[in-house]
Amino acid sequence: MKPGRFDSTVLTFCFAFLYLPIIILVVYSFNASKLVTVWGGFSLQWYRSLWSNESLMDAAWVTARVGVLSATIGTVLGTLAALTLVRFPRFPGRIPFTGMIYAPLVMPEVITGLSMLLLFVALDIDRGFWTVVIAHTTFTMCYVAIIVQSRLLTFDRSLEEAALDLGCPPVKTFFKITLPLILPAIVSGWMLAFTLSLDDLVIASFTTGPGATTLPIKIYSQVRLGVTPEINAVCTILIALVTTGVIIASISAKRAELRRIHDEHVALRGTS
Amino acid sequence: MAETPTSFAKASPSRWLIVTIPYLWLVLFFAAPFFIIFKISLSDTAIAMPPYEPVFEGFASLGDFLSKLDFENYQSLWGDSLYLSAYLSSLRIAAISTLLLLMIGYPMALAMARAPSTIRPTLMMMVILPFWTSFLIRVYAWIGILKPEGLLTAALHAVGLMAPDQQVEIYRTDYAVFIGIVYSYLPFMVLPLYSALEKLDGTLLEAASDLGCPPWKAFWKITFPLSLPGVIAGSMICFIPITGEFVIPDLLGGPETLMIGRTLWVEFFGNRDWPLASAVAVVLLLALVVPIVIFQNQQQKVR
Repeated sequence: MKPGRFDSTVLTFCFAFLYLPIIILVVYSFNASKLVTVWGGFSLQWYRSLWSNESLMDAAWVTARVGVLSATIGTVLGTLAALTLVRFPRFPGRIPFTGMIYAPLVMPEVITGLSMLLLFVALDIDRGFWTVVIAHTTFTMCYVAIIVQSRLLTFDRSLEEAALDLGCPPVKTFFKITLPLILPAIVSGWMLAFTLSLDDLVIASFTTGPGATTLPIKIYSQVRLGVTPEINAVCTILIALVTTGVIIASISAKRAELRRIHDEHVALRGTS
Repeated sequence: MAETPTSFAKASPSRWLIVTIPYLWLVLFFAAPFFIIFKISLSDTAIAMPPYEPVFEGFASLGDFLSKLDFENYQSLWGDSLYLSAYLSSLRIAAISTLLLLMIGYPMALAMARAPSTIRPTLMMMVILPFWTSFLIRVYAWIGILKPEGLLTAALHAVGLMAPDQQVEIYRTDYAVFIGIVYSYLPFMVLPLYSALEKLDGTLLEAASDLGCPPWKAFWKITFPLSLPGVIAGSMICFIPITGEFVIPDLLGGPETLMIGRTLWVEFFGNRDWPLASAVAVVLLLALVVPIVIFQNQQQKVR
């Protein structure tokens, strides 16, 4: 077999494997029949019954607020951590710091969740909404740090140096030059942090308390009882939200990149 | 030459804030909890809230405190063969899954890296997209397919590969766990492999072929050794969390699927034995120290 044909066969199979289960799940959320294997015609009834399911809507609202808050705090902390990693090559305690940035990425969630919970109990903090926010912030900030770090590493320092040479104060330089340049990485970091928070079951289960049931906890308790088209409908809405978010983000990133290239061309022509 | 300002952070007090804020956050919420977990793993179970005996009350009772610490929970971990076999079985499942992931992920990453550069970003996006979709949802999707009365059975009946009175018996077995793990972790394996393979200099392979090296030999002599950083990174990113995996064995595995993440969950939520759950977590962490250190060294090198 020619390598070209081998490659396309491999890609076809792998992408079919990755996407078929999700497509099936989405299709069956529109199934009129309650049975998973029988197609009873197109119907939106499961979406309608979602709307009237109050506990599910409550959980969705909690999840959205946890996601926005933890992603925002996590993005600020993660950006600071990325600046630390890139701009401070030597400071006391750098090695444990990089360790604490990379370890949460691979740490089994049961360990992170349990240790967080025990901390909250030891500090005598009531578990609930805020403890989930703190827990999510802690692991999402590390993902943000990695994404922003890789942008900072490929970043043209001469722009910052020019601003500083021209007498721009450091803090202003950061907000006028550095921040706009790393903004795309910060935005995608925020989005990743938000979806990670939206998805998390294990850490939220450990750190939550009464009145702060998130959507994954709710879905999990329903899934244990069996597959229902209603869960398919919730999952479909979540998939649709995330997919549109990712596509919009990647299109706007591409546009920003094109605009930047265009601007550089104009600038170069202007100086020559 | 006088000091040249090289960064916005230089000579400014805000410089230290940049370091301190994330540092303190991680020390408080990531590092400190591990000491607590270790401490509680040494205390005794109590029927109270929190359900463990307090082991530390000020320095006056330091002697008393030290005498109360014991390795009872670790002894019961060691004494009960259930825990030992759960650890071994977790490591076995994680090792087999990582191998399977390499066997599927490597050809896929290679095919992506060899694809025309115009479609590569689209392929990247297609790998990343499922990774953004919820873990729970992706595992849930497989239940509907693998159930005995599920879609796989229906499909096999329809094409006549299976007698109508038979059903697929995969759901709630170790096979379902492997399928779920490979499915969920495939993007984590493919992305590091792809970024290693994409950097590969194509002229090396051309030189090998000009000198009469057959393609399979060129692969083992050139492509594979150069992609080794990606292989190590991908394997560690998969192996470590799979060992502690809870959702997949819980939803797809059967009662005999032993995995330590699930054992910890049951000790904690089912039996409410916090000290024992902490001991389970400490031992799991010790088992993972070596792979975590390999992963971190690899990440530092990549930087």
